[in-house]
Amino acid sequence: MDWLNEHTLTIVIFLPLLGAVVIALLGRTRASSARAVALLFSLLTFLVSMRVYLGFETCHGFEEMVPWMGSPPVNYHLAVDGLSAFMILLTGFLTPLCVLVSWKSITERANEFFIFLLALQTGMIGVFASLDLLLFFFFWEVMLIPMYFLIGIWGHERRVYASIKFVLYTMLGSALMLTGIIYLYNVTGSFDLPRVMDHLVNYSALSPVAERWLFLAFFIAFAIKVPVFPFHTWLPDAHVEAPTAGSVILAGVLLKMGTYGMLRFCLPLFPDAANAFAPVICFLAIVGIIYGALVAMVQPDLKKLVAYSSVAHLGFCVLGIFIMRPEAVEGAIYQMFSHGVSTGALFMLVGMLYDRRHTRLIKEFGGLATSMPIYSTFFLIVTLSSLGLPIMNGFVGEFLIIVGSFYRHASYTVFASIGVVLAAVYLLWAYQRVFYGEITKEKNRNIADCDLREKLILTIMVIVIIGMGVYPQPFLRRLDRGVTTMMFRLNRKSLLLTDRAPARHPGVGR
Amino acid sequence: MNLEILLLLMVLPPLVGAALNGILGRRFSQATVSLVGCGASGLSMIFALLSAWIYTKSASQPEPFTWSYFKWIQAGTLRADYAFYYDRLTLIMTLTVTVVAFLIHLYSRGYMEHEGGYYRFFTYLNLFLFMMLTLVTAGNYALMFVGWEGVGLCSYLLIGFYFTKKSASDAGKKAFIVTRIGDAGFTIGVAMLFWTVHSLDFKVVFNQVVKLPLEFQGVMTAIGILLFVGAAGKSAQLPLYVWLPDAMEGPTPVSALIHAATMVTAGVYLVARSSIIFAHGPAALAIVAIVGCLTAFFAATIALTQNDLKRMLAYSTISQLGYMFLGCGAGVFAAGIFHLMTHAFFKSLLFLAAGSVMHAMSGELDMRKMGGLRHKLKITHATFLIATIAISGVPLIGSGFFSKDEILAGAMEGPLGKPWLYWLGTITAALTAFYMFRGLCMTFYGKSRVEPRAAHHLHESGYEMTVPLMVLAFFSVVAGWVSWPTAWNGSEAFDRYLEPVFAPANAVLRSGAAEQSASLGPGAIMGFSILAAGIGIALALWWYLKSTEIPEELAERFADFYRILIHKYYVDEAYNWLIVRPLRTVSEKFLWRDVDAGAIDGIMVNGTGEGTADLGGVLRKIQSGNIPSYAAWVLLGAVLWLLYILTANA
Repeated sequence: MDWLNEHTLTIVIFLPLLGAVVIALLGRTRASSARAVALLFSLLTFLVSMRVYLGFETCHGFEEMVPWMGSPPVNYHLAVDGLSAFMILLTGFLTPLCVLVSWKSITERANEFFIFLLALQTGMIGVFASLDLLLFFFFWEVMLIPMYFLIGIWGHERRVYASIKFVLYTMLGSALMLTGIIYLYNVTGSFDLPRVMDHLVNYSALSPVAERWLFLAFFIAFAIKVPVFPFHTWLPDAHVEAPTAGSVILAGVLLKMGTYGMLRFCLPLFPDAANAFAPVICFLAIVGIIYGALVAMVQPDLKKLVAYSSVAHLGFCVLGIFIMRPEAVEGAIYQMFSHGVSTGALFMLVGMLYDRRHTRLIKEFGGLATSMPIYSTFFLIVTLSSLGLPIMNGFVGEFLIIVGSFYRHASYTVFASIGVVLAAVYLLWAYQRVFYGEITKEKNRNIADCDLREKLILTIMVIVIIGMGVYPQPFLRRLDRGVTTMMFRLNRKSLLLTDRAPARHPGVGR
Repeated sequence: MNLEILLLLMVLPPLVGAALNGILGRRFSQATVSLVGCGASGLSMIFALLSAWIYTKSASQPEPFTWSYFKWIQAGTLRADYAFYYDRLTLIMTLTVTVVAFLIHLYSRGYMEHEGGYYRFFTYLNLFLFMMLTLVTAGNYALMFVGWEGVGLCSYLLIGFYFTKKSASDAGKKAFIVTRIGDAGFTIGVAMLFWTVHSLDFKVVFNQVVKLPLEFQGVMTAIGILLFVGAAGKSAQLPLYVWLPDAMEGPTPVSALIHAATMVTAGVYLVARSSIIFAHGPAALAIVAIVGCLTAFFAATIALTQNDLKRMLAYSTISQLGYMFLGCGAGVFAAGIFHLMTHAFFKSLLFLAAGSVMHAMSGELDMRKMGGLRHKLKITHATFLIATIAISGVPLIGSGFFSKDEILAGAMEGPLGKPWLYWLGTITAALTAFYMFRGLCMTFYGKSRVEPRAAHHLHESGYEMTVPLMVLAFFSVVAGWVSWPTAWNGSEAFDRYLEPVFAPANAVLRSGAAEQSASLGPGAIMGFSILAAGIGIALALWWYLKSTEIPEELAERFADFYRILIHKYYVDEAYNWLIVRPLRTVSEKFLWRDVDAGAIDGIMVNGTGEGTADLGGVLRKIQSGNIPSYAAWVLLGAVLWLLYILTANA
């Protein structure tokens, strides 16, 4: 048991890869065994990720430290805190559902599909668990490869264009980040994140100019991934062309790596630069919120609509992060998870529709509420969660971000609130056109409602959606201490932070 | 039993009912569905009564009772519990809501029998009741917002109940989006409040606000205005009222429950609940009064010309909600709540009676095709008449008389009263009496204009519909008597009862208010009210019973003005041309096609790509190889290396 406890993170990272190897060893058997193996391993991974999430506080973050290379000193250094454990849980939760979603829709080269899916999971969990900069970078890059193939092989019409665009875009960011990592190594003599951080804090080793450049190098890499406006144009293409499982993982987890990176590196390593750039970044985030919503509103393609809605939702996350207050940051992290669930579910739903009708154009539908009552109910619930209705997951994060944002500037709150209104506009309008009204196309009249597998997937999603909205405290509690400490450090280090809230009046407040 | 348990037992049954009907309703018979639905709301009502009783008996009363069930959200310093706040205001609200809701549930059993989607209807209706009770019992602004948005959701679902109809789903969407614009104001206000007093909990907030020094008046005014934006969205005030008339697309019991008696009054409740905040930002309160008064007048003028029975009632609702805000804004919160209560009874009665008419007329709502219905629809007619008397402000037997009179007196003499508010309010009272009696005459009196086909099966509704009508008619009469006016040697017991709730706000307002110079005195105010109602009623009876040609002549003589009124001042059209269309065009043509696809993707991204490709074309001859296979080898090597290290060190 001790060995298991000490290596929980290694297990959760490589268990999926083991599954991929097993599938590979099975050879060219029937697809059914490949997907069964994939489901089994992804479920096991989910269980281990639960263990990670529930146990990280008592088990010292499941830290593992093994020297990897001597010179330069690279360590296989893993550990998790509330943030990374939360993201690992998200990955662990979504992957089995992705396997289930692909159960029937992936018929060609199914073995390879599941191999790539599982390999992708290894890369993703690795990113969240790494505490060594180079190890982090390694997983960051590794992850691209399976994603490239998932889009490029099993995607739709313009898959090659989309997959290359996706890889090139990300690579651009990676190059910048790698430069930053090497520079940091030259300054601090280490790739180890805690040591780098200590060094920077204790010795003030960076000149303000260098700090800003480094901040930008990291930030742009993450901003592309998020994506922050105006680096977002890879996203609609990649989302639309990817197979359903690919879109779910892309929206659910990959985008979160950007915001995760900002929280893990940009803020703690370069607090002054972060403070200096915060107004610009908040502005871009708000542009993303409004712009994403407006462009989503006029999309004729349902999947593209969901893709642009991600730009808006992630805008909320970035805004929350750069408010740099515990309330908003915790909201942002909660929103990261909850966007993974809601948008993941939306992509699954769109995928189910595509499986039936082989189109995603909104105008091809109409009146589906009559022919597919169960499906439309699920769709409605997920839509409502996506537009941030209370007692559903989306509300908690959005509310915290909006309330928190007021601390920095009232205009942020105003624009973010406009974004919330616009979310209702584009989502309800799309819902109306797809589900309400009379059936106009004959093909939609006898369209099959959800089968048992789909009901299972969607029920799980709905339970999580409502559960996270009604009782977010177990999640928030695990975030609170880490985030509060981090924000305290940030704000102590940089007293530049202007306090605009009228709260500090001596006679008032606590 | 303990109050905290009773309150939970009041709130939860509708949620359970909604879940049962929502998940299993498809397999239930109609009888089971309605049993679950009505049973749940009946239980709610019983426990609301019990809670009221226990609270009234308790020693701590009239102090508010607060109870936290569990911690809902905590992040940094922000904390919101699942907590209840129960005081006399909550008591009034829960009783009004549950009684009206229960009666409307009963009524719906008959009304929805042949409509299809029976279980869906009761699911939404129960869910609505749960959300509404959450709204009025919530102990902090965050939880209140849950109920606030929750009732909005149910409103959306129920307006769009007949979803195959485009107009219905349009109306539902419009209601949701327009109220959400208001909700944005609510959220911003809550954010500002949080950073001012560092709490969202009612008890803490109210205590902190009292202690705020004077320089916070500006902040409090801003918060008040923002909260009122939310209230204006939910309670259909200028300029966000546009969704409510369209909301009449929903089934009539929904119009009665949600769009007349309960949900639309949530804004008034919000203002009353936050009275202490508004008292510290008197400018915000003045805005509440002005917007309320203008809305009351504006909507009443539209109601004058409407020929659709339900739409006329919808504009009437907007107008009456305006009165409630006028009362709150003038600083007489209790009067606003009093009118909220009486209005809940008589307006839901009006709608239910209209539903009964509609039922008899096979769905017809055009009053020009009615007339003389009193012979066939005796009970409906009698109850509709009682409600019309109530809303028109007929003294003694109309509950609206008592509550409206208190509001008008407040508009003149309240801490923030202004003579012009009073006079406009009184004119509106005359308009109200006129359009309501006009509607009454067109529907029930005079010669029958019913088309022969519809006349054939004109019938009174069954007892499951008429009994709720009669009960509501009873309340419509007696609800006014709980606050006998001082002019008639009464004690205004209702105001007295709510005094502890509004005492802190009243204290602040009174200390700040300038001495009223001009006052008419309660007797004169009442006299003018009666006069206004009398003129309105007399004119309506004269024009629509005796000399029916006059309205047409007037419409012809003032053709332009009439056209503006009948087109509701073209507000919908203006919104469409000024906001909806430009937003769509800009988003599609400019943001998507030009900025996104053109500038960013076309020039910047793909431009870079093409430039690089051209360059690469020169360089490509150096390399030849399959990139993916390189990558795969790198991955494999790295993994093996890692495994080696791990095992070596284990």
